[in-house]
Amino acid sequence: MGSNSSNMNHIPDGQQLLQDTGFSAAQIIRLYERFEFLDKDNTGHLRPEDLETVPDLDMNPIGARIIGAFFPPGKETLDFGSFVRILAHFLPADSNRTRAGAQQEPANSTTGKLRFAFQLYDQDRDGKISRDELLQVLRSMLGLQVTEEQLQCIAERAIQEADADKDDAISFDEFRKSLEKVDIDHKMSIRFLR
Amino acid sequence: MSIRCRFHMEYLVFIVLLILLHGSRGEVPTRPISAVTILPPVKPDDGPQAFPNADKANLPVFTMDYPRIQIPFEITLWVLLASFAKIGFHVYHKITIWVPESCLLISIGLIVGGIMFSVHEEPPAVLSSNVFFLYMLPPIVLDSGYFMPTRPFFENIGTVLWFAVVGTLWNSIGIGMSLFAICQIEAFGVQDINLQENLLFATIISAVDPVAVLSVFEDVSVNEQLYIVVFGECLFNDAVTVVLYNMFNFVAEMPVVEPVDVFLGVARFFVVGLGGMGFGVLFGFVAAFTTRFTSRVREIEPLFIFMYSYLAYLVAELFAISSIMAIVTCALTMKYYVEENVSQRSCTTIRHVVKMLGSISETLIFFFLGVVTITTEHEWNWGYILFTLLFAFIWRGLGVLVLTQIINPFRTIPFNMKDQFGLAYGGLRGAISFALVFTLPDNIGRKQLFVTATIAIILFTVFLQGISIRPLIEYINVRRTNRNLDTINVEVHCRLMEHTIAGIEDLCGQWSHFYWKDKFMKFNNRILRRILIRDNRAESSIVALYKKLELQNAMEILDTVTGDISAAPSIVSLYRGNKVAAKPKKKFKAADLKNMHDILSKNMYKIRQRTVAFTGKHALPNDSQTKEILIRRHASIRRSLRPGSFQTTVVPKSHKYFSLPAGKSLDSKFPPGRLSYTGETLKPLLTPQHLMSPFDFTLIWQKTSFLLHLDTTSPFKTK
Repeated sequence: MGSNSSNMNHIPDGQQLLQDTGFSAAQIIRLYERFEFLDKDNTGHLRPEDLETVPDLDMNPIGARIIGAFFPPGKETLDFGSFVRILAHFLPADSNRTRAGAQQEPANSTTGKLRFAFQLYDQDRDGKISRDELLQVLRSMLGLQVTEEQLQCIAERAIQEADADKDDAISFDEFRKSLEKVDIDHKMSIRFLR
Repeated sequence: MSIRCRFHMEYLVFIVLLILLHGSRGEVPTRPISAVTILPPVKPDDGPQAFPNADKANLPVFTMDYPRIQIPFEITLWVLLASFAKIGFHVYHKITIWVPESCLLISIGLIVGGIMFSVHEEPPAVLSSNVFFLYMLPPIVLDSGYFMPTRPFFENIGTVLWFAVVGTLWNSIGIGMSLFAICQIEAFGVQDINLQENLLFATIISAVDPVAVLSVFEDVSVNEQLYIVVFGECLFNDAVTVVLYNMFNFVAEMPVVEPVDVFLGVARFFVVGLGGMGFGVLFGFVAAFTTRFTSRVREIEPLFIFMYSYLAYLVAELFAISSIMAIVTCALTMKYYVEENVSQRSCTTIRHVVKMLGSISETLIFFFLGVVTITTEHEWNWGYILFTLLFAFIWRGLGVLVLTQIINPFRTIPFNMKDQFGLAYGGLRGAISFALVFTLPDNIGRKQLFVTATIAIILFTVFLQGISIRPLIEYINVRRTNRNLDTINVEVHCRLMEHTIAGIEDLCGQWSHFYWKDKFMKFNNRILRRILIRDNRAESSIVALYKKLELQNAMEILDTVTGDISAAPSIVSLYRGNKVAAKPKKKFKAADLKNMHDILSKNMYKIRQRTVAFTGKHALPNDSQTKEILIRRHASIRRSLRPGSFQTTVVPKSHKYFSLPAGKSLDSKFPPGRLSYTGETLKPLLTPQHLMSPFDFTLIWQKTSFLLHLDTTSPFKTK
């Protein structure tokens, strides 16, 4: 929208983000306001502590992992561009406008969303979900009445179901295959305010 | 804790009964139809009854004085009867799934009413307006207000007010006008009802009733948004109804309506609505302030909650402003501060008693609705009543449709068609309409007709819509695929994705309301908390909640020590068979799979929002999920603070007091060697797989209070 793009001038990489992600100008402006709100000391960067102040995120069983997804290993700060690009994973896939110069697959495609979910499991980024990683996630999502033995069984079964090449771990392709019947786009999308 | 709690409950029930007694004794029936059964109590002669006459020769060994105890006795019997009915329903569980409790209670009431009618006995004048509005309605509204989830409520406040105010207006005027049009038709013989009376009647029956709606909605898992909007609408349309009712009542007696009266009506609406809220907030703050000083008199702390909220209600009634809004806002305001000030036990007592009173009131209301239906005189008019039903339905549906179209653009999560259907169909009328119709002045010629029509509508909506809403919603909802066809993988991953979405949404924030909430929180922290809360330390939510929960947790662990040891047999066999973790290729039988699915579905944490089956109106809110998550998180925070002094899995492993290690019996004593004070706070409490005998309780208890010294804040004060 023409009138809004003038407001985008003070947003770093505003035009670039408009092109790369699927967000509209209004959405990017809103996200920028949110970014500024979270950035309490106005450094222009977010740190993990800033994200932890979000209420209800601490009630989320995988809250820490979600925050971790914004900060890949080695990066301690998050600038606005990365913030938006990660959030772009959650756009509904049908909001893909034809963008000139869309080179690789857009972040909000099914593969992109699956990759995000995969990385929530795969904390050491070796491309596979090992049994331990699966166990950790299961443990955090299940109530405390579940015994360790039950957890082990569940993890065991999950790996058995998905593991095609018998390496006792779930690779990304196996992950994707196990979820082929699920409407990923519906499950991993957020309706952003216009 | 149980003795104290019982004492509180008896105390409060006693007060309630006293109030009821006093009220019904002084009751003057407003309607000539059903007379009061309550005979004026026989004045006892001077001196105890055992010695009535000085000239009687013998000492009476056994006397009976029924009239003296008649009123409290009858009240108690009625309450017990209604409660037995309630117990009875739950014996056969399947019934309550399909038929909401309100319907069942009304049916029982109808039966009892039939019995009384055939014996030519009059029912007690319980549903006269005074008793209803002053004694039976406040506990229910207090219950609803106290347990209202505040955050979703405030996020949806615009929608709620929109539906409550504009929706009720739309309904009243629409139904009134259409009925007036119908009245013009000669065939129905109701030409003598003029426009004002029609509007008055329409106002009465367009009041959506919180009691009826909530008791139906609890059985149907609706999503949180819908629940909040319907809930809020019920509570707040009281303001509109009161204004309209008084206005039309007043106007019905006036020959001519002038524009200035309409203007005054609007002004009155604001007075009523805002006044109600204002009083509620005022009393809430006063209550919070009072509890700041009650640390020495813990026993009467719950009393303040009830007295202040009731006072708010009565004062609002005094000024004829919306008392329901007053009590709801009072409870909302009060809850936040009071729960910080009062002791743990008082907190529990308050919650229990609020639930209990609300439950009793609701049961009684529906019960008496049934009873009085049989015993009042009816005037039936096919045309009028059927058209009333029709119009009520149509106008509500239209209203919801139009209003959602207008408000959807402003909502973060717009209402889809299913939600709209739920909103429209869930507009049940109930006892409020009933009580209102009885307060109609007698100079309205067709009052009997109105009464009958109101009863007809209430029964229709409660029975038909109440029973059918569940299958309809299930039919309309696209249900998930049958769980057993999902693999474990899919289930786990889907839940992970749902949590992710919830987390990201939190991260992005609820944008539209954020600004005000933020401002309010700043104001709250700076000013309000300092005045109203006793030990005000600016704590992070985790720390404050953790302390409280840890205490509760400790109590609960020890409570459930002798609890359910019965692990499913197949799990035990799995345990024995799976000792070596690196065992390749276990074969999983179908029974094991089913167990796993059951475990997952029961134990996976629910998402914060989405389709939430509410724990139910009659159950206390369940915050064990929050507890566990917070405990884990705090454990991991502490772990990161002190690397190396913890074992790898502190918390999760240790709660498993359900699994008996092989060879141990129930009475294995808690090995004292495990207690250590330095650093490992959670370990002694949550000893891995050793069960504690109750004798260790005191030992643990002392250690707990010492151990909850958190290194980041000031020492924990035992309450």
